[in-house]
Amino acid sequence: MAQAIFRIWRGGSDGAGAFVDYTTEVSEGMVVLDAVHRVQADQAPDMACRWNCKAGKCGSCSAEINGNPKLMCMTRLNTLDLSEPVTIEPMRAFPPIKDLVTDVSWNFRVKPGIKKFAPRKPDAADGTWRMSQRDIDRVQEFRKCIECFLCQDVCHVVREHKKHDEGFIGPRYFVYSAALEMHPLDTTERLGDLKNSQGLGYCNITKCCTNVCPEHIHITDNAIIPLKERVVDRFYDPVTRLLRVLRS
Amino acid sequence: MQAIPVSGVRRGFGQTARRDRWWTTPALIFVGFSLFIVYATWAAFQNAHYTFGPYLSPFYSPEIFGASSHAWFGSKPDWWPELLPFSPALIILPFPGLFRFTCYYYRGAYYKSFWADPPACSVGEPRKGYRGEHSFPLILQNVHRYFMWVAILFIALLAWDVWLAMWFTDPMTGQVQFGMGVGTLVLAVNVVLLVCYTWGCHVLRHVVGGRLNEVSKSPVCDFAYECVSSLNGRHQLFAWCSLFSVMSSDLYVRLCSMGVIADLRIF
Repeated sequence: MAQAIFRIWRGGSDGAGAFVDYTTEVSEGMVVLDAVHRVQADQAPDMACRWNCKAGKCGSCSAEINGNPKLMCMTRLNTLDLSEPVTIEPMRAFPPIKDLVTDVSWNFRVKPGIKKFAPRKPDAADGTWRMSQRDIDRVQEFRKCIECFLCQDVCHVVREHKKHDEGFIGPRYFVYSAALEMHPLDTTERLGDLKNSQGLGYCNITKCCTNVCPEHIHITDNAIIPLKERVVDRFYDPVTRLLRVLRS
Repeated sequence: MQAIPVSGVRRGFGQTARRDRWWTTPALIFVGFSLFIVYATWAAFQNAHYTFGPYLSPFYSPEIFGASSHAWFGSKPDWWPELLPFSPALIILPFPGLFRFTCYYYRGAYYKSFWADPPACSVGEPRKGYRGEHSFPLILQNVHRYFMWVAILFIALLAWDVWLAMWFTDPMTGQVQFGMGVGTLVLAVNVVLLVCYTWGCHVLRHVVGGRLNEVSKSPVCDFAYECVSSLNGRHQLFAWCSLFSVMSSDLYVRLCSMGVIADLRIF
């Protein structure tokens, strides 16, 4: 059986730590998470690693593999160059807890700050609504998000510039906001928050979030840019503002 | 097991754990854009060799003022500043230029390639400060929608140029004949690629249907949204193809005009 070296980050919550090389056996069909589990079982039982479904649907095993934010369970070893050590590190945008586990609780604190879904009055007397599947298809894409937070990790506004300290909510929550904002029944106004306090303007559309999304959500093209255009309609474009006044 | 101590998070410019050649794409984009900017600037200031027979270079179309027979209002206007060399291209090129400059695809591309903000995904940046498009000056990128309308108008004018490029004057008799040359095809392909790029614009996608939460209630908007979304999925491809075709069209007309190459008449 072939062997490969996995250079895994070992460290605590203070951020101090070291990469440790583990040589382990690899076989056909293995993913990075399998290798980490084998290292855990054979050599480092105290190594912390968050995982759950092993099917790319729970979003737990997010990490940086050879510097690229990825799900460990969806990264097959045959896509990596095993002639060199494979580096596995925790998501660097989030505070470390232990080894490959990070504290992603910031994301869960962001979510309540986004205004909730509020449907219009029911369309029918029995209290139900009528929607076209066509209109729902657009927001359905955003519902695929598994909250792995790889997009938050790779976003340079969070990762490099720490603008989440100033209220920037990151690509994950722009997708969430878009799912609500574009919903055919929704009546809530969120554009003011997106522009003023949630930092939509900080996004400079470099599409890193789209590139790392394991669910292949077109985050930039279908969520962020449409939201930016709605903000322009509402706040910046004098023509659309005038048209809105005339219509009202 | 072997422990390799490191200093935590990488922060410096260009620092990353990525193993791939992450710099290749931004470097190619840098070279591609730079070549176009240098060529377009040079061609715009030439004020010569921009027409050949019925062909008019897209860099000089529409020729509002100019010395050729394509000019709408005669030669150089009196109000033109003396210090600035005159060229018909300088009057019109700012509009398509700013359309591309404020385009969502190009913005993402040149922020990486020219400004290293970031140089590539999960690669360290050279600056600590960051304002993005949240405030001045980059908040002005939101003017993109106005340049889009001008770009759509320019496409109509370039399509008209293709029609005019099908009418050749016989040098012997002076009669105008319908025909087609390689130059006609070059200009036509350019218009098709510009249509694919401009009609796939994110702003147009928003205008025709993206702004509506129930687009299905308006069948015309729904159809237009579907069409624009289809082109928008290949916006990057058409951005590059149309950039290349505009440059190639100017080069073709220029080389024909200079006598370097001969235009082949198909019929």
